[in-house]
Amino acid sequence: MNILVCVKRVPAPGARIVLTDDSQGIDTRHLGFTTSPHEECAVEAAVQLKERHGGTTTVLTLGPPDAVEQLRYSVSVGADRVVLVPADSTEWDPQATASALVEAIRSLEGESPFDVILFGNESADSGGYQVGIRVARALGRPVISGLKGIEIDGDQVVGRRETDEGFEVYRLPMPAIAAAKEGITLPRYPTLPGRLKSRRAEIDEVPAEMTPGGQEMVSLLKPAEEVTETVILGHGAEAAPGVVRLLEEVGLL
Amino acid sequence: MTRILVFVDNDRGTLSPSALEALTPARVLAESLGASLELATVGEGGRAALEPAGLGGYVIYHPILSDYAPEAYGDALAQLVSEKEFSAVISLGDDRGAEVMAHTAAVLDRPLVANVTEIVDTDGPDGSWEVIRVRWGGSLLERARLRSDLKLLTIAPHTFPAPEPNGDAGPLDTFVPEIPDFLARTRVVERVKLAEGLTLATAPVVVSGGRGVGSAENFAILEELAELLGGVVGCSRVATNNGWRPHSDQVGQTGTRIAPDLYIACGISGAVQHWVGCMASKQILAINTDPEAPLVTKADYAVIGDLHEILAAVIAEIKART
Repeated sequence: MNILVCVKRVPAPGARIVLTDDSQGIDTRHLGFTTSPHEECAVEAAVQLKERHGGTTTVLTLGPPDAVEQLRYSVSVGADRVVLVPADSTEWDPQATASALVEAIRSLEGESPFDVILFGNESADSGGYQVGIRVARALGRPVISGLKGIEIDGDQVVGRRETDEGFEVYRLPMPAIAAAKEGITLPRYPTLPGRLKSRRAEIDEVPAEMTPGGQEMVSLLKPAEEVTETVILGHGAEAAPGVVRLLEEVGLL
Repeated sequence: MTRILVFVDNDRGTLSPSALEALTPARVLAESLGASLELATVGEGGRAALEPAGLGGYVIYHPILSDYAPEAYGDALAQLVSEKEFSAVISLGDDRGAEVMAHTAAVLDRPLVANVTEIVDTDGPDGSWEVIRVRWGGSLLERARLRSDLKLLTIAPHTFPAPEPNGDAGPLDTFVPEIPDFLARTRVVERVKLAEGLTLATAPVVVSGGRGVGSAENFAILEELAELLGGVVGCSRVATNNGWRPHSDQVGQTGTRIAPDLYIACGISGAVQHWVGCMASKQILAINTDPEAPLVTKADYAVIGDLHEILAAVIAEIKART
């Protein structure tokens, strides 16, 4: 069972996002970076599948040299091999991202395709909801998005997707592609041996061309700040009657 | 004549409450462009469901499309768009809309702009459009230029109200695409019903807890209040990561986006990722020890203090009424 996970390095913002002066990006001077949350869970899902079925887990990122930090983190939580597809730190559109990933995956695979390629459902920062699907279409492989559960059954990937009532089940013949959502697994924390291993891990570099598509960022902007006059219903237990009046007004009592 | 198509998903003949939201901005767009506006849905079951929209269009029919099958849906929509020469396709950016449109865009090798909140300009250089779209789940917006002969957009959910029903439905023609048999490989093969009744997405009130709750056991009092009010319990990412609640309870950018009548946020400071999951709530009540917590300042109502003490008093007050 050879699995590839494609991840993206994104800033880890707290309560407020601050834009750069030219509105072309977010001010990351005081922010850490992380793996986009859906993808962090996809890495964990891949490592668990490998632990159950054998094989290898490869983690790939398209990003600037600093994205090596996220690749090393992947090693610390169980990835066997990590690959950087170097890119500059400008904004890439979804078609450009997909074109570079397709080229990198083809060159990594050679004659033997990965049994499963996992993506995150959407990146935390740009949220295009399409890169995994574009890659799958280009490679001619089945793909399903939004998975909250994944298992292997013979030569099929069995995926579960949440609905309002419960979940839907899909069965994809391998080689297959899936986009995972946070909650598919609970990511583990790195162990000490994992951390040591990640420091020594070799980073493979696979170059790939980006072919720009038809979507271009002009600028980022903050949504109109909703000025909310918060009504303080009180402090501590004495606020209870006020809360109950609110519940009545909303029609819940 | 410019033709605009709105793709409306139906689940075995039923529309979700938000299914027609994309129609609202599409009507405005069609009017400003002097364009025709038509609908497309998949499966005969969708025919009756589309009547409230009051528009004509296409019911896509094919045996492989007997249940949701994203690859086959994408091929079918792409064929309809090419054959009937639509110049723009708009869909709601919910799970299925986003997925089907991404397939359609990949098949047609065209750009797709996801989660648009406003179409700013349709008269840009070389026929390009300028749109505003959601980033970071809604805590940032992006002004984007879309250069393509065919404009493919999804509309951010909960951004526009669904249009009022309009009885004069136009004719819905049947469109039969050519779909290779093997695309049945990504069709739903089974459905499992879990919860009967209320879910995070449908409950009129959600009582949610975060770091301030302190432990899995401490959620009992939130459960009690939710039950008294006919709602469900939600939580923040901290509560999920600490193992206090299952991920299916998580409200936020990577959890569930909710829009209840009342959201009661207990001990949740309100990181950006949480806020974007609950900001569509009609009213928000924050209960927090910190009056400066971001969620307290953004809420409609707040109570300052220890959530355990406050919830116990509220529950006692409700019980005393009956």
